Amino acid sequence: MSNTIKREPTKLVPVPSRNKIPERDADKHPILECRHLGIDFGGLTAVNDLDLAIGRSEIAGLIGPNGAGKTTVFNLLTKVYQPTRGTILLDGVDTHNMNTTQVNMAGIARTFQNIRLFSNLSVEDNVKLGLHNHIKYGMWDGIFRLPSYWKEEKRAHERALELLSIFDMQDLADAKAGSLPYGAQRRLEIVRALATEPKLLLLDEPAAGMNPSETAELMENIVKIRDTFNIAVLLIEHDMSLVMGICEGICVLDFGQTIAKGTPEEIQNDPEVIKAYLGGRKE
Amino acid sequence: MKKNTLRITKTTKVNFATYLMVIVAFVVLQSMSNAGMLKSALQGQLVPICAYVTMALALNLTVGVLGELSLGHAGFMSVGAFAGAVVASALRDAIPAPGLLLAISLLVGAAFAAIAGVLVGIPVLRLNGDYLAIVTLAFGEIIKSLINNLYIGVDAKGLHSSFVQNTIALGEGGRMILSGPMGIPGIKKISTFVAGFILIMITLVIIFDLVNSRSGRAIMALRDNRIAAESVGIHVTKYKMMAFVTSAALAGAAGALFALGQNTIVASKFDFNQSILILVFVVLGGQGRMWGSIIAAAALTVLPELLREFADYRMLVYAIVLILVMLLTNNPTLKNFFGTITAKFRKSEKGA
Amino acid sequence: MTFLSHLINGISLGSIYAIIALGYTMVYGIAKMLNFAHGDVIMVGAYICFFAVANYGLHPILGILLAMAVCTCLGMIIEKLAYKPLRQAPSLAVLITAIGVSYFLQNGAQLLWTANNKMFPNFLNFGGKTGLSLFEGQLVISWTAIVTVVACVVIMIALTLFTGKTRIGKAMRACSEDKGAAELMGINVNTTISITFAIGSALAAIAGVLLCSAYPILVPTTGSMPGIKAFTAAVFGGIGSIPGALLGGVLLGVIEIFAKAYISTQLSDAIVFAVLIVVLLVKPTGLLGKQIREKV
Repeated sequence: MSNTIKREPTKLVPVPSRNKIPERDADKHPILECRHLGIDFGGLTAVNDLDLAIGRSEIAGLIGPNGAGKTTVFNLLTKVYQPTRGTILLDGVDTHNMNTTQVNMAGIARTFQNIRLFSNLSVEDNVKLGLHNHIKYGMWDGIFRLPSYWKEEKRAHERALELLSIFDMQDLADAKAGSLPYGAQRRLEIVRALATEPKLLLLDEPAAGMNPSETAELMENIVKIRDTFNIAVLLIEHDMSLVMGICEGICVLDFGQTIAKGTPEEIQNDPEVIKAYLGGRKE
Repeated sequence: MKKNTLRITKTTKVNFATYLMVIVAFVVLQSMSNAGMLKSALQGQLVPICAYVTMALALNLTVGVLGELSLGHAGFMSVGAFAGAVVASALRDAIPAPGLLLAISLLVGAAFAAIAGVLVGIPVLRLNGDYLAIVTLAFGEIIKSLINNLYIGVDAKGLHSSFVQNTIALGEGGRMILSGPMGIPGIKKISTFVAGFILIMITLVIIFDLVNSRSGRAIMALRDNRIAAESVGIHVTKYKMMAFVTSAALAGAAGALFALGQNTIVASKFDFNQSILILVFVVLGGQGRMWGSIIAAAALTVLPELLREFADYRMLVYAIVLILVMLLTNNPTLKNFFGTITAKFRKSEKGA
Repeated sequence: MTFLSHLINGISLGSIYAIIALGYTMVYGIAKMLNFAHGDVIMVGAYICFFAVANYGLHPILGILLAMAVCTCLGMIIEKLAYKPLRQAPSLAVLITAIGVSYFLQNGAQLLWTANNKMFPNFLNFGGKTGLSLFEGQLVISWTAIVTVVACVVIMIALTLFTGKTRIGKAMRACSEDKGAAELMGINVNTTISITFAIGSALAAIAGVLLCSAYPILVPTTGSMPGIKAFTAAVFGGIGSIPGALLGGVLLGVIEIFAKAYISTQLSDAIVFAVLIVVLLVKPTGLLGKQIREKV
């Protein structure tokens, strides 16, 4: 593993349910906790009985073979799909009655596996859309160009450039989002999600299509984001160097079932995980 | 980095060019009109052109900016036309100044169309794509049917109305304003070219300022990617409604302007074909491109007049032009073909 | 008895809508486009049959066959010239082109055949009677109504068998599911789409003749309102679904006739469209339409 960055081994401690979170976050309740979460599509059970807790400053990983139900978990957490069973507690609040918009305002932001930018708008406008709920002026202020419009737009512009500078993208602010190269589009999605000021950031395959040096840079940036914004991160990734390098708690899914949970070291030595990945015969 | 809010972006340039284009066109046409240089046929078209340009801009807000297909926008135009004409007729003695009366009528037309926009929008905007389009078509037909069966009269006690059957018993000195399928006859023509120009300018300001603001960004985000928009906390219904209702209100003002430039209006004029006609302006002018809508609406409103020499063939020619333009602008082979020709042309121009 | 009579009229009108709706549904299913010119193909079919029978004294059956042949060619030509070049274009561009074709047909018909009303002859009188008398004359069902319903049922069964059992029918279903995959399986997508247009247009000719037999005034705009209503019927039943077109068409016809009879003649159209809106709000993809989930 060439890309591993230096990391203190994290000790996971149990929370009142069946879950564990990093020891340093244990004095506060987890930012996210799922209990018995599940969804059926017709007769197919896509995710079943998922228990998951994420500490307030944890970088957690969700891994598993293709079709294991990882993205479905993200869609459940962000209410793109309504769960069939189970509960989701976001910062201790049940998100049962919330829709995608409300979940975002409650503190979850995400990126998408198949990039979903506002591709006809500029990079800056994409970030400003992330800032949408933090820009305070209404429709009429905009139409009549009242002072609040100028003040808030100026603030939003400055904030947008500041956020873009995380990935050194401030010079691309006027470019059309759809015209950016693939990697930059992925990074822009992260910036847009961060702009919503989340407590938990969901990243769906952030390193897909990146080369090893780009991935290494991304890893540093994810850690940097966690530290500067003081948020938790849950990521789906196939690149094991990234997952094992920065994740503190890992949950492994296969056919919608949780087959293992634990620290990277525990996961790497888990026979069930090795079987799922290498296709060993099930007993 | 330069001071941001004063930055002149490409959008700002296009917007100012659009304002300029409208102003120049107005000044030229107005001075030609004053000098008596306009053919009487064209002279009579000035107000309808303004109304259709406003309609096209309004529909472009729904189709180009919000990205939803509406096949019933003539319905909102109709609501505005009838509300405006009824008010103008009812208040014609109370407010003698035609300018003020027109302004009030346009506002009332816009307000009624906005209410219709809310009522239609609540159910319609829950649907997607072609289903949304068919429901707007259905609403357009329903609005036409309802107005076709509406009777309104005025007397000393105020406005009276009845539905389906004319059961209005008017007091002394009273008169019928709207008589169901017969529409509103004897309208006092108070719409002027100047008023039309002002309406277009106001419409442009509203649309450009809306689009380049927080709300406009949210509306375009919904168009580009609804799920992503939800994921960053944008209220889908709120912004869809905002765009749709604004569009309906502008269409209503356009309808009132149109109605008050006619002798008679009937509900059956604002049918599905009218909705389609306006949609054609928007698509030919380019979705989301306001200057395109203005040119397309103005040109296609005048075109049938210009095609008068073709007499009976003019609508056939119109149809063929429509098909050819769509083929030329959308077929990859033909597009490339014309692309190379224009490129060569430009090269030879540079060389010369 | 009047109720029964209205019901029969409704089913008969609905059957015509259903036949037209089939054309919309099949084309939408395979080409994902709203073919607004379909209503005008109906009108052309009716005119061809009218002239064949009234001016050239052809037997009505031959007249219908001729109308079907002409409309089939017309449908394929329209597809080839106007829609095929736009296969990759945005759907709105195709929609506007279809509207252009619709204007073209209407105005072409007006030039060729003038805007004057043509009274469509009633072919169907057996033994000097135009209808079947039941319950000692209390209920008269016109032959036209009977033939319409029978024709609709036959067409529906034939189409279901065609799409279910034949090679071409299966190719059509494959194309409507996934054109790219169908092409990789060796299906000629262009031919399949062309055949779909041919079938839809032949059905439009039949619908045109049946429509004008029931409502005999023929003008160049005869097809547009039934076209819009049949399109509504297709959406009502779930666009893309053949049984949906039947269900939507018949329901629409019955609702329209009942609204005319029991509520208000002037408001019948408004009621029909209001019912459509209510149905779509409850079932956003129509009565028999499939729910499609967007992949995230």
